[in-house]
Amino acid sequence: MGRKTLIPIGPYHPLQEEPELFKLYCDGEIVTDIKWETGYNHRGIEKLSESKTYDQVFFLVERICGICSTSHPFAFANAVEEIAGVEIPDRAKYIRTVIGELERIHSHLLWVGLAGHFLGYNTVFMWAWKYREPVLDLFEMITGNRNSYAMFKVGGVRRDIENHKIPAIRKEMSVIRKKIDLLTGAVMDDPVIHARTKGVGVLTKQDIIDYAAVGPTARASGIATDIRKDDPYAAYPLVNWKVITAQEGDVFAKAEVRLLEMYESVSIIEQCIDALEKLKEGDVSLKINEIPAGIGMGRAEAPRGEVFHFVVSDGSNSPARHKIRAPSYTNIATFRKSCIGQTIADATLSLAAVDPCYCCTERMAAVYDNSTGERILNAGELIKLSLERTKEIRKSVAGHE
Amino acid sequence: MHSDYKTKIVGFKDFVFRKSLWVFHFGGASCNNCDIEILDCLTPRHDLERFGIMLVGSIRHADVLLVNGSINMRDRDRLLELYDQAPKPLLVVAIGACGCTGGIFAEGITFAGPVDKIIPVDAYIPGCPPKPEAIIAGVARLAGRKT
Repeated sequence: MGRKTLIPIGPYHPLQEEPELFKLYCDGEIVTDIKWETGYNHRGIEKLSESKTYDQVFFLVERICGICSTSHPFAFANAVEEIAGVEIPDRAKYIRTVIGELERIHSHLLWVGLAGHFLGYNTVFMWAWKYREPVLDLFEMITGNRNSYAMFKVGGVRRDIENHKIPAIRKEMSVIRKKIDLLTGAVMDDPVIHARTKGVGVLTKQDIIDYAAVGPTARASGIATDIRKDDPYAAYPLVNWKVITAQEGDVFAKAEVRLLEMYESVSIIEQCIDALEKLKEGDVSLKINEIPAGIGMGRAEAPRGEVFHFVVSDGSNSPARHKIRAPSYTNIATFRKSCIGQTIADATLSLAAVDPCYCCTERMAAVYDNSTGERILNAGELIKLSLERTKEIRKSVAGHE
Repeated sequence: MHSDYKTKIVGFKDFVFRKSLWVFHFGGASCNNCDIEILDCLTPRHDLERFGIMLVGSIRHADVLLVNGSINMRDRDRLLELYDQAPKPLLVVAIGACGCTGGIFAEGITFAGPVDKIIPVDAYIPGCPPKPEAIIAGVARLAGRKT
């Protein structure tokens, strides 16, 4: 039939845990095949980890991903504490949970913004990122940095959330809840967003099981997998919350799951700070003198799904082996199911829905793959396609009204 | 080779960088934090565009190349290629600890040298990650504006 077109997406996308190069093979406007390459972000972290002490590894795993910069230390702490066989103080558990959930809110807001940008709704992008700022301010107040919080250590947390800071957090939570209301309303009621995202990039329950997808990607297809419930850690068993699922498995369902999860996160934080007020200040870590030989597995629910850390200790002060699996590793494979057979404009959206978002599409210009002699559409054209489609739908929606 | 223009056309350079700076962003093997903070500069709280600074989609339109993240062996060639494609004069800004020195990843097995070992760098904005205010101040000062 038509000419085969190759569309490279990547390799540099700032909002993926692991920058990849996606190659969409298209026939006309329909995506017929998708391939991906990794390695652009290979930094040798697992090897570096073996050269650092347990205290230092936290700073390293925090820098695996800037958006998940709590979930990796969380999983690593769970793994090392399993080896050491210690139970951290309650106050540390609550503080860890507060940080983890604040991170989920900022990460989901970031995704909503980027999804909006991708649809051609730059207003959503600006709003969502504006509402994300207060969360970062809270981080700065609690931990001293907007990202990369350095809060975790073996046996507890580095800094306490002092009780005098709690009213400020509570006030901010009520403000954030209102803002999420606004954003959810804007996204859920918009006919254009419905038209663009419903029935697009559908992953069935079976697809999720086949590809072992995790996190919101799985939950949007009706699979209630959540490490916070399945393998409870920190203060999650001590507070009330529910796992959000949706059934449709399309892009809209993924957005819905993330938006509703933010409410759960706000509620978890509120319960945690209530509990913190009742506990004694300052009791936030255990003194751990040595890590015995052994193996430990740690899991944590990152905003994108399950983070898995496997640590082998030989009794020295640094890990003998450290294996990490990030959620996108499994989620990315689902692209073969969600993108093949769709139009290019929808495929780009389906890719974004799993949350290796690509807003910095400009960096696609870095890719020149002419070896195959296939025509290459550049990033700008790709985005333009998506924007045009939204415009068309917007027009037709306006016409009907 | 790359830095010939610097000695030859200083006056022209001053002229070119006097007005709106268009910025191209290259993220190497980074942890995304700097990338997010750069994007954050665009959003309402910081609003980079009020200085006439704009992120552009192609290096061929850019006056400034922002580089962040440690550069691994695979990124290195692409960074060089981008630098060659860029219209000169070009300002190169290394952002973040990794961009400036390699940071925590400098000992990694795939590390290909900090940015200034690969292309000439005009300014460094340290921090892990630098705050948006620092990024804006850095780029604006580079352009000769008082911030």
